[in-house]
Amino acid sequence: MSKPIAVDDKTFDDTVLKAEVPVLVDFWAPWCGPCRMVAPIVDELAEEYSGRANFAKVNTDENPGITSQYKILSIPTLIVFNGGQPASQVVGYRPKSELKKILDAALAKQRHA
Amino acid sequence: MAKEYDIIIVGGGPAGLTAAIYSARARLKTLIIEKAVPGGQIATTGLVENYPGFPDGVMGGELSQLMADQAKKFDTETISAEVLSLEVRDNERVIHTSEGDYSAKAVILAGGADPTKLGIPGENEFTGKGVSYCATCDGPFFINKVVAVIGGGDSAVDEGMFLTRFASKVIVIHRRDQLRATKIIQERAFANPKMEFIWDTVVEAIEGNEVVQRLQLKNVKTQERRTLEVGGVFVYVGLRPNTDFLKSILALSPDGHILVNEQMETAIPGIFAAGDIRVNAARQAVSAAGDGATAALAAEKYLSQVGH
Repeated sequence: MSKPIAVDDKTFDDTVLKAEVPVLVDFWAPWCGPCRMVAPIVDELAEEYSGRANFAKVNTDENPGITSQYKILSIPTLIVFNGGQPASQVVGYRPKSELKKILDAALAKQRHA
Repeated sequence: MAKEYDIIIVGGGPAGLTAAIYSARARLKTLIIEKAVPGGQIATTGLVENYPGFPDGVMGGELSQLMADQAKKFDTETISAEVLSLEVRDNERVIHTSEGDYSAKAVILAGGADPTKLGIPGENEFTGKGVSYCATCDGPFFINKVVAVIGGGDSAVDEGMFLTRFASKVIVIHRRDQLRATKIIQERAFANPKMEFIWDTVVEAIEGNEVVQRLQLKNVKTQERRTLEVGGVFVYVGLRPNTDFLKSILALSPDGHILVNEQMETAIPGIFAAGDIRVNAARQAVSAAGDGATAALAAEKYLSQVGH
């Protein structure tokens, strides 16, 4: 069982930026309807990519630091970090197939590195 | 082999969920195919004050959850999948999805509509960076900022009012000289000191540096151009029906809505449409629910005729 990890302003650097595998970060908040639509998909992806990629969630209400650092002005926003850098970003609800594409692209790059 | 059902409903908003409640209670094996989770547009709406039965209003998210619970209670099955195409084979209607094929003798298309984009420079570039289509999602990111709302209908004005909880000022930019919004919504908006209005004006471009900083405006009567500094822009200029996958199969109106008769029947027997996806819809949660009931009853009658 692999599940997305909740990260905050303090743990973000270690958990996301210093990770050895790509990390998909889900920026969300409890009052956001579409975030609830994205959450189960992120959970499924965490299972499917277990061991190959990590998954994290940032509650934007509680973590204004990272939220403003990455200029998040819409949620849900999903960013795939690879080697400490944002590699791709999607805003709003996206089908699972599209999220798999950006994860696979990050994994392919990682192998070439 | 496609998995078989009596009725497949594409879309889990008020139209689809109501259709599901009716068909499941008719003891028809019912599947809802929804691209996300059930709810539809109403799920991201703030307080809904015009759905009968809720005198104090009801939050859109709660209303959609109640509808989904009610459909589930009567043993409706729901899957999360993207619909790719619809195929008509004699009496079978086969739906090809990202998660496999599903077939039924009757299909109710209730996939609703998504926000129309402005189609102007900067819109895609700044989506998520100050351009938003969901005030209830993104309002709290614009505390003490000046934001613009584009449009003049119920959604534009209502969501603009919602944004005044966060923004220092909400400027509604409308291409006409009066609002289309319901009178009671207009009255509240005009009385709100944080709301301002720019009439007869269209937005030609959204500009900024990393995030939105200003809009380029044009007055459609005087042709005068000017720049407006804003921290964000919310777009409510109408809805586009989700019918791209149906173009080659069904008759659509010029703007993409499915043509139906009063029974919600399309030109193809066994295929029905309900809610915002159909032509001449009132585009209200309550009328979508009504459409769903009409379509489900018509589908039930159709199934009894063809012998399911």
